[in-house]
Amino acid sequence: MTREEIINQVNSVLAEEFEVEDSNFAPDAIVKDALSLDSLSLVDLVAIIQYTYKITVPVSDLPKIKTFNDLYDYIEEHLQK
Amino acid sequence: MGIWSCIGKTLDEVRQSLYEGKSGIVFSQERKDAGFRSALCAHVEMPDLKPFVKRGPRQFMPEEAQYAYMATKDALEAARLDQDYIDEHEVGIIYGNDSVAEATMRALDKFREFTNTSACGSGAIFQSMNSTVTMNLATLFHLRGINLTSSAACASSSQAIGLASLLIRSGLQDCIVCGGAQEANMFSVASFDGIQAFSTRENEPTKACRPFDRDRDGLVPGGGAATVILESLEHAVKRGAPILGEVVGWGFSGNGDHISTPNVAGPARSLELCLKNGGISDVRQIGYVNAHATSTQAGDGHEALAIAQNFGDYRVPVTSTKSQTGHEMWMAGASELIYSMLMMQNGFIAGSLNFENPDEETAQINVIPETIEQKFDMFLSNSFGFGGTNSTLIVKEFKS
Repeated sequence: MTREEIINQVNSVLAEEFEVEDSNFAPDAIVKDALSLDSLSLVDLVAIIQYTYKITVPVSDLPKIKTFNDLYDYIEEHLQK
Repeated sequence: MGIWSCIGKTLDEVRQSLYEGKSGIVFSQERKDAGFRSALCAHVEMPDLKPFVKRGPRQFMPEEAQYAYMATKDALEAARLDQDYIDEHEVGIIYGNDSVAEATMRALDKFREFTNTSACGSGAIFQSMNSTVTMNLATLFHLRGINLTSSAACASSSQAIGLASLLIRSGLQDCIVCGGAQEANMFSVASFDGIQAFSTRENEPTKACRPFDRDRDGLVPGGGAATVILESLEHAVKRGAPILGEVVGWGFSGNGDHISTPNVAGPARSLELCLKNGGISDVRQIGYVNAHATSTQAGDGHEALAIAQNFGDYRVPVTSTKSQTGHEMWMAGASELIYSMLMMQNGFIAGSLNFENPDEETAQINVIPETIEQKFDMFLSNSFGFGGTNSTLIVKEFKS
């Protein structure tokens, strides 16, 4: 998958799952704020990444994912492994 | 009162369906393809909660909690209990629910597929507890009184209403949201189908559920949710509530016998206690009996004997609304109370569909096969469940 494909898919999947009307997230926007995530719905973010990309996100890695760019980076990096 | 059922999603629709003898039973190809012995079931539409509940809390709601939300929203509106009033007063909830099969299965499937507990998602824990309905509704409607789920098999919601009436009579609560919810997905009843309890009259879905009929061959599973608001007379009068009826008696009993085969003595004691607790000195005061009768050989026959034993020479009109809805199980005590209320309010008794010929036992009671115009002001409703749990309610029309 190219980075652009990842960006499009991630934005589309997350917008649908978290019911956000506009899926054009700014790359430096904070994921938790843009998706209105609390401690419980953060678990859904982890689950969705797992279902969609077969990537397990350990809780210890969550602090690394603040912006959408961080999320794209994380997925890109782990997809390559 | 509020209801979400296979024969209507508003009280008006349900009243009309009852009167016309409409059946909610269908043949499900999905169930047949999946390996069901009997692919008969009630068709229950899924509600769309998006306009009412935000995405976050919706994640905590399995199918049955969604049905219950719709039924409760309508019941609160009909009872003129708005959110401002609830926020300022202590309102409780006791609701019948006895399974969370699909939610549990889906969460554990994810866990096993990904070998990671986070894969279950945020809602799984709240969806897969038997108390899911009460925890969700209490949160969404800000209910701050008693918060309790009644799990008593097919008597769950009848017991919920009985228990609530007792708490109100004792003065411990003024107002309680009561009801029952039943998931209608195939996973919730796959194991039930496995014990060959369902009718296999698949070529005639609307004729499959035939309570008290000689040729009955099993029940048909249903689902949905039904809610009634119970409150003390003083509380209802003080807030100007539309008062529909009075729960005058609750009776209950345990068979202490076989886990699935009912007996006569247990149900008979439930009726007897209910009549006694309701102060009913003359059974002729009861104008209608809404039977538990699910369309099984043993259950219907034994219930007929229990009714006959308590009513003696008086041939009280009896029907089973399950002939139209299938067996709504955890929901049935509450939904059948609503069906009976609608009949009482509108002066008719909905015919027990497919009752064509009695057998020796069911001939001992007066089963009404077709809808009749009949006024009555008090009815009795039975609910019996696996494990020998029995509950009976008597409700009287309210006259100011």
